[in-house]
Amino acid sequence: MEKSLFEYVIHLADDALILGHRNSEWCGHGPVLEQDIAITNISLDLIGQARNFFQYAAEIKGGDTTEDSLAYLRDVREFRNCLLVEQQNGDWAKTILRQFFMSNYQQLLYSRLQNSPDVQIAAICEKALKEVTYHLKWSSEWVIRLGDGTDESHTRMNKAIDELWTYTGELFIPAGYETKAFENGLTPELTTLKNDWLNRVAIVFEEAKLPVPPPGFSQTGGKQGVHTEYLGYILAEMQYLQRTYPASKW
Amino acid sequence: MDKKILDILSHVADPEVPVLSVVDLGIIRDVVSHADGTLEVLITPTYTGCPAMDMIATNIRMELLANGYQHPKITTVLSPAWTTDWMSEEGKQKLKEYGIAPPLPKQQVCKQELFAEEAIQCPRCNSYHTTRISEFGSTACKALYQCQDCKEPFDYFKCH
Repeated sequence: MEKSLFEYVIHLADDALILGHRNSEWCGHGPVLEQDIAITNISLDLIGQARNFFQYAAEIKGGDTTEDSLAYLRDVREFRNCLLVEQQNGDWAKTILRQFFMSNYQQLLYSRLQNSPDVQIAAICEKALKEVTYHLKWSSEWVIRLGDGTDESHTRMNKAIDELWTYTGELFIPAGYETKAFENGLTPELTTLKNDWLNRVAIVFEEAKLPVPPPGFSQTGGKQGVHTEYLGYILAEMQYLQRTYPASKW
Repeated sequence: MDKKILDILSHVADPEVPVLSVVDLGIIRDVVSHADGTLEVLITPTYTGCPAMDMIATNIRMELLANGYQHPKITTVLSPAWTTDWMSEEGKQKLKEYGIAPPLPKQQVCKQELFAEEAIQCPRCNSYHTTRISEFGSTACKALYQCQDCKEPFDYFKCH
């Protein structure tokens, strides 16, 4: 029970941390100043959420585990984030679409988890729900702006869909610790979120004049620790300092 | 809550919006005097990732120490989640005078749905003829607007 709860909380933390880190790569490179600020603000929210989950995971694990040791000293196979969040930023269209897919998912998940009998998960999600709802609004508007924008932006959105759609199925295929958490009454059954998620994609895509791809093959493995090659590069950059100068402080 | 302590805490400013105190912001959830003499202040973050929270906790500790409280304890609580409705009316007035449009009351107009727009009043000329430039401003808690009458760009303290 404790081990699967730890893994479940780590999974929530890693999703938020890796997406937050990816978005932070835009810092100073956003297409316009306002959007540079927007995407990095979203990073802050996500990394803040990750910290809360890591603190809780460290409490469950006990010993000398801390939020920092969990973020900086685990290796790639120990990360439990989904494959979607570690995908490369690509252009603005791809970053926007990844955010929209993920915010859509987090909004549905957190709105259920805020009622979880695990009071710590419930409190973190109650707080984070307001933030991811705002991210969802922002990213939905951008999907529409780009999808129903110029020929160029429309083409790029279509390309982003082609690249990312195959990673969305994993969100709703439960890993062992998610099934356990559901059996223990802590979380919703993931498959029940899928229809709501797809409905929202359909509404936004229709407005954006973008096609909803048919169900197809889903890339999976991230939630079990089998990642695409990109995660290793993210960790190399993110963990470099703590690995090179152990226990150094800001 | 102990009025004396709240008076002391009203001297601790929000580092990012210094016109507001932590009391105005509504992030002081409780003050508890323990039997062993420690004073515990419970605070709640505005936004999960707000980088000012650590500084706010430190400043509260310093202010209490300066006022003779020996071992103040600052505890962060997440639930119930902070809402802009907890901001004092005085705080909202101060924000407006500072040039930041105060948050709208949540029950009336704050919309969580997609595509809903809020009518935000320009803090300079009071016109409602304003447009949103960006959902995100200089800090997590603000959005960027521009007044179409006086043309002034301004921050809006987002309803949350």
